[in-house]
Order: sequence, then structure tokens, then C-alpha cells
Amino acid sequence: MNFPILSTLIFLPLVSSFFIFLSKESKSNNSAVYISLFSSLATFLLSLFIWYSLDSTSSDFQFLEEKNWINNFIKFKLGVDGISILFIVLTALITPICIISCINSVKARVKEFLIAILVLETFMIGVFCSLDLVVFYLFFEAGLIPMFLIIGVWGGPRRVYSAFKFFLFTLLGSVLMLVAIIVIFWITGTTDVTEIYKIQIPKEYQNLLWLAFFSSFAVKMPMWPVHTWLPDAHVEAPTAGSVILAAILLKMAGYGFLRFSLPMFPIASEYFTPLIFTLSIIAIIYTSLVALMQEDMKKLIAYSSVAHMGYVTLGIFTFTKQGIEGSIFQMISHGLISAALFLCVGVVYDRLHSRMISTYGGLVNYLPKYSFLFIVFALAGLGLPGTSGFLGEFLVLAGAFQKNYLVSMLATFGVVLGAAYMLWLSKRVIFGNTNNNEIKNLKDINNLEALMLITLAILIILFGFYPSPLIDTLNVSVNNLINNYEIAIKANGLN
Amino acid sequence: MIYNLNILLPEIFLALSIFFVLMLGVFLKNSFNLIFNLSSIIIVMTIAIIFNRPNIEEKIFLESFTRDAFSNFFKILILVSSLFVLNTSKNYIIDKKLNKFEYPIIILLSILGMFFMVSSNDIIIFYLGLELQSLSLYILASIDRDNLKSSESGIKYFILSALSSGLLLYGCSLLYGFTGSTNFDLIANELNKENTGAVFAMVFILVGLAFKVSAVPFHMWTPDVYEGAPTSITGYFAVVPKVAGLAVLIKFMLIPFSNILSEWQTIIIFISIASMILGAVAAIGQKNIKRLLAYSSIGHVGYALAGVAVGNVSGYQSAIVYISIYVIMNIGIFSCLYLLKKNGEYKENISDLSGVSKKHPLLAISFLIILFSLAGIPPLGGFFAKFYVFSAVIEQKMFALAIIGLLTTVISAFYYLNIIKIIYFDDSAITFDAVKNKKAQVSIFISCSILLTFFLYPSILNKLVASLFIN
Repeated sequence: MNFPILSTLIFLPLVSSFFIFLSKESKSNNSAVYISLFSSLATFLLSLFIWYSLDSTSSDFQFLEEKNWINNFIKFKLGVDGISILFIVLTALITPICIISCINSVKARVKEFLIAILVLETFMIGVFCSLDLVVFYLFFEAGLIPMFLIIGVWGGPRRVYSAFKFFLFTLLGSVLMLVAIIVIFWITGTTDVTEIYKIQIPKEYQNLLWLAFFSSFAVKMPMWPVHTWLPDAHVEAPTAGSVILAAILLKMAGYGFLRFSLPMFPIASEYFTPLIFTLSIIAIIYTSLVALMQEDMKKLIAYSSVAHMGYVTLGIFTFTKQGIEGSIFQMISHGLISAALFLCVGVVYDRLHSRMISTYGGLVNYLPKYSFLFIVFALAGLGLPGTSGFLGEFLVLAGAFQKNYLVSMLATFGVVLGAAYMLWLSKRVIFGNTNNNEIKNLKDINNLEALMLITLAILIILFGFYPSPLIDTLNVSVNNLINNYEIAIKANGLN
Repeated sequence: MIYNLNILLPEIFLALSIFFVLMLGVFLKNSFNLIFNLSSIIIVMTIAIIFNRPNIEEKIFLESFTRDAFSNFFKILILVSSLFVLNTSKNYIIDKKLNKFEYPIIILLSILGMFFMVSSNDIIIFYLGLELQSLSLYILASIDRDNLKSSESGIKYFILSALSSGLLLYGCSLLYGFTGSTNFDLIANELNKENTGAVFAMVFILVGLAFKVSAVPFHMWTPDVYEGAPTSITGYFAVVPKVAGLAVLIKFMLIPFSNILSEWQTIIIFISIASMILGAVAAIGQKNIKRLLAYSSIGHVGYALAGVAVGNVSGYQSAIVYISIYVIMNIGIFSCLYLLKKNGEYKENISDLSGVSKKHPLLAISFLIILFSLAGIPPLGGFFAKFYVFSAVIEQKMFALAIIGLLTTVISAFYYLNIIKIIYFDDSAITFDAVKNKKAQVSIFISCSILLTFFLYPSILNKLVASLFIN
């Protein structure tokens, strides 16, 4: 295809953010909102079109674009396959939802906020499209700038601390990845991912390079013990910021493991599997326990995110079809569920300006629609069959069983704990007695909020019953990933 | 003997014009504006003359003066950056009552000195150029005569710089003693690793040069001089002498010391690491933005030196690309400082920037772009500068240098973020006057546009710089 459709997809939000920048700011601020909504919906439709026209029977990268970029040896290369397209569609879906959510919740500097969101969308789609390590790094790091501003400018009282922590943690992890990328360049003579797949990186380098990539992805994922920035960032970020952070930014790391660590360093991935398993199990059990103790709703959901991401890393490093498909599915479904949960918190936060669980109670009597949706999302969050949350966890556990009984057994405990904190949260927020008189005057969700939440609820339930659109897209790419991995392992005489 | 003076044409033109405007200044009263504008024209004309000359390497005066693509590139970089620094600071100069006609003339003189530095192929010429530059800079540092801090910074700079010049001169004389020549090419032929005396000479020369580019441990003067000197001069100090100093460093490695590169390299690696670390750590506690920029410039010199430390052509290229992007960023950020005016006073405290984003959104976003670029965050220009340097460093398997360097970028990101925090997150304390300084605004715009769009053609500078090393 000659038309650079992926570049269009990437740079459409950026160009429209430029128009927003030029638009006049009036009291109603409508033009900026309309432009951003329009462009993000256009991006979403375009991403759906790409998904539709993607040939899911081929594991090759499609819609390839190549341009000489740095000194004629590093190329600006873009392309999608069955794995990345799902993340692109997820990104393009979440962004308009964030923009709608900020109509209600962002009062100051709306124009700048929309610009930040759209610029961030460009970088996020860029991450999932890039087929060159340097291009990937560029987009991966660039996302820090808008997110730093979103947390810092529109965040809560401890926003400065959280924004700095977010930025510096991620940057510290990433610079080591930059070193690794340059080293790969000097070993293989290229940073083109598809070329590196064909060349085996020498064994003696793999472990160190893997660790360098790991340092970046582990922070972004986030894995225990470098997850501490996430609760802070979530709590202080505005609703839209939390949504993007949970739904998409965390997925970049999981995607990075699948796209880079596994295929490029198969031997090291095998070697470090015990490490990943241990950290994942700690993340699942420990952060679930921590989530139980939280008094802040956002913090609770943030810790639950860490636990859910534990399943993702666990699934990826089982190197089984179920495990990897499960973790991708889990990432997509967590993207929807956590986005929905953060939006739910945002809805009540906009009304009462409190995120504390103790402020609420008995919402079901006064906000029935809201309570219904909240329960749907909470149940999806704990992995009730019939919601997308169940399938991901189930597949991951099925994959883990093939590898290691103990690990999968421990991970199953996490499911129970997940049910515990989610149900307890629902009990305290939605049911129970109303101690706070302000709650009695609250209005139920308005049309805009209903639009966002119902869209997400439909998708969550749809994928819970009918996951094949996602799984079919993934299938061939994941098979190819596992085949290549097994070939590499066999060639090096490991089990 | 008949010399082809065409080779020297830019220098001759510059020197004669300086005498001419100096005479003009002496005999005309209130001639600051005229001389200022004339100086800008002289700079532009010198650029035109250099562009008009072929880039073929030619030597003159017993091979003591070279003109080649390398020196021409640096001369143009020096001239263009001086042009920007001069013009953006004009309002500042007038507001601060520094509008004496000598001001632009001394800057031209220092440019002339740098011309001889980058073109020199002989120790004597090199030293003369260096001294002409340094003497002009002493005067510039203390040009705000009635200001205690400015005078102090001038004296401080003079004493320390004189010491380092002395060391450098001692090194030069040692070098002459051990090799029997002052010509770079002849020295290169004479030198080898067994020549311990020459290694001593090299160390002394390196001390002098490290002082001029303010690399650790010869950086002590930098924060005080940056803070004490008027902002317009600080802007000049932060940009132009660094370019010339780096050019000379690379030149020394390319020609006279090419045979004892490994000794030279060890020292530069140490200096580079020390500068990066100090630049990152010491800037954190600073309250004055000029002082902070001083430490930041020490750090940046460290990164450029990391490229030089590689000791091969790709390393030098990356260092030159680095310093070029550094020049763009620094011109931008100093132009921003000229807009921070309140009741006729220029604000220098970082805390004064609080809440700039609400009252002056465009200024705030310029700060944002330049500061993130200084921190080296992609996709801005500063990232590519660091990327090239560290890819050259890693190519030579100097992993420790690369990892330390990149870790210091994380530390230094902290204080750049801190300024952004003050600009964007804090509540506004001051509304600055609406400063009408078109030239500064234009240069901020140019600098930001380059930094923002650099990722579209990131190798544009590399191609240019690579052509300098073809011969």
C-alpha cells in the first residue's frame, strides 16, 4: 500500500493538537473540544479500518512504511501485526473517552489539557506501530512529557511529588534500554526489529541486554518492587490521566516484552523466567493484599492494576500459546476495565471531591444507574465469568499450569484476593448505610458519563462472551512468536 | 615570499572593520546604536565572505595558519551564534545602561581571537588567538562597572584564567622544548609515546583548554562569572567560547597529539565523567537561574567531551553535533531570560518563574521545549545530540562512560523538571511586563522550531559535520 496509513494514524492527533493550539479560547471552549473529539474519533475509525483490512492469517508485519531517517542506517519503520493492532485500537478507543470525560472534570486550561492528551495519543500509537528500536524508544520516552504535565498541572494536592516520581522512575529505567539499543546496533548493524529477528544476538550479550530492556519495562509495567510510582501517579492524576495511564501506558511494557524481549533475546528470556515468575507472584499476592488495605478508591484500583499486570508478565513468560494469548487478552481487558473503574471514581469525585471510600456508602439508593455500572466493572475486575476479565486470567493460569504447578497455584490465590478487595470495595461504596448527607443530594450519571461507561460495559461483556475477534487477530502472530522462540531455544540446546 | 592573503580574508576584513568602527565610536558621540548595527552587519558580511571561499585546505605563513572546511564550519557557527546572542540582548543592554560603543567592538575582538584559535596550525598563533579572546572576555565579564558582582566576576575570571593561561603557556614551551617545533604538523611527526616530556606538556595544555570550556575540575569560575556578569554577557559566555574551545580540543587531538591519543583520552574521559556528574548534582540546589545554567553548561560540556573522548572521527563528529545543538538550546533559553522583566528589572531567581504558564503561555511553552530538550528527552533535538554522542561512545565499547553519562542525564532531568514544575505547577507570583523584544522572540521561535522539528531530519547536521572530516 502506497498511502502512509500508519503515519496518518500516528500524526493525525498531533496535527489536530496544533489546530487546537491555534484555536481561540473562549469561555465555552467548545471549538477545542470539538476538534479534539472529532480528530480522536477519526483516529479511532481509521484504526478500526486498519484492523478490518489487516490480514490476520499472516504473521508478517503489514502496512509497512520505511523511510531513511538517521544517517541512512536507522530507518523510520512502521508496521502492524495481529498483536500491535489490538493495542492501537485500544488506544484510539480510550482517547475519545478521555476527552469526553474531561468535559465534566477539567475546569481550568481545557485547551492545554486536550493538546496534552492528543500529543500523548500520537506517542502511544507510535509506540505500538514502530518497528525500529530507536523509533520505539523515541515514542516510548516522549510520552513522558505530556503525562508529566497532565499529572503535574491538573493533578491533586501531591501532584508535584507524583509527577516527579513518575518521570524520574521511568526515565531511569529507560536510559539503560537506550544503552542496550545502541549496543544492539553495534552488534547487529541495524535497529530494524524485523532484521534483528533474523539475526541471532550472540548468547553472551543476551542476558545483559535483556536486563537493560527489563529495567525499562519493569518500571513501566510496573512490576514489584519498582511499582511504587504507580499508586502515587494514579491518585494524583486527573481522571483522564489515570485512565490513559492504566489503560494504555502500562500496556506499553507488556507489549515491549512481547515485541522485543522475547523474540530478540529468547535464551535470556528462558534464563530469567524464574525471576519473572517470582516477581509476578509477589506482585499478584502482595499488591492484592495491599489493595485490601487501601482507603482511597483510586489507590485501590492502582494496586489492583499492579496485581493484574502480574498476570500479564506471568502469562508472557510461560511461552505457551494460552499464556501469551491470555496475557494479551488480559492487557486489553484490563485496559477497558481499569479505564471504566477510574472513570467511575472520577464520576463521584467530580461531585463530592473525595476519593476516600469512607466518604461514600449506600450509593445504590441514590445513584442506581451508576451503582449498576460500578458493580458490572467491579465484577469484571475480579474476573467473573462472562466478563472479559475472566478470560484473560483463565488463559494465563491455564498457560502457567503447563509450566509450573506451584506458580499457577499461587497465582490462583490472587484471583481470590482480587474478589476480596473488589467485593469489599463495592460493599463499602455502593451498598451499606449512607452516613454522608451530601450523598442524598447527588445526581445520577448524566448522558455523557453514561455514554462512556456503557460503551465500556458493552465491550467488556461482549469480549467476555465472544472473545474471538481478539483471539483470531492474535492467533497467527502469537503462534509465530512461539515458533520462533522454540526454534531459537532448540538451536541453542536448551530443553 | 608572496602570501596568498585571500586565505586570510575573513580575518583581515574583521580586523579592519573593528578598527574602523572603533574609530567611529571614538569620534562620534552616542554612537552605540550605529556601532551595534554596524557590528551586526560586519558579522553578516564575514559570514558571506567565509561562504564565498572554497573549503579546500590551504595553509599560509609557514603553515602556521590553516583554512579548511573544519575551521570554516566553526567560524560560521561562532559568527551565527554571536549574531543571535548580540541581537537578542540589545534591549537588555540598553535597559541595563551597558550601551557603550565598546561593547559590540569587544565582542568582535573576541570573535577575531576565536578565528585565530580555530584556524591555528601553530602553537604561537593558537596562543595569541586564545589570549585575544580571553582578554576580551575579561572586559566583557566586568563591563557593568558599577555593579559589584560584575566587577567581582571579571576579576575572578581574570585571575583564574590568567593562571590557566600560564599553565597552558608552560605546556606550550615544554612542547617546543621536547619536539623542537611550534608547528602542529611537525609536532605530530615528532611525538610518540616514549616522549614523556611531551605527555607532560599535553597535560598542561589540556588544563588550559579544560579551563576555557569550563570542564571539571577547572570549572570553579563558571558559576560566579555566569551569575555576576550581565545576562547578555552570560549568554555569550555560555555559547561562543565553548564552541571555540571544543574546536581547539578536537584540533589538538586530530593533529599534534594524534600519536599520543591514548594518554590524552584517559584524561578526557575523567574530565568528561567529572563534568557530567558535577553538572548534574551541583545544579540541583541552585536558586539563581544563571547559576543553574552555569552548572548545566558544565554538564553539557561533559557530554560533548564524552564524544571527544572516543578519540575517533565519529566521536568528534558527535561532539560537534552536540555542541551545535547545545548552542541552539542555549540561545533559546537566554533569549527567554531577556523577556523576564518586571518593573524594568530583569528577574533571575528561579522562583520568580512561578506560574508563568498562566500569564505568558507562549513563553512558558518555549521554556518547556527548551528545558526538555536540555534534559535530552525525545523527540526534541537535545535527545538526538545525546544519542549520537553515546552511540559513538558505545561503538568503542566504553560502556562505563555511556552508563554514567546516561545516569547523570536522569539526575539532571530533575532540575530541569524542577524549573518546569515552577513554571507550570505553581501558582503565579509575578506578572512580567509585556516586553517588546522582537529579536529575542524571533530567536526563541527559531530555536524552538529547530528543536521540535529536529526529529524529521535528524541527520541533517551529521551530514554537514561528516563533510568536515573527509580529507
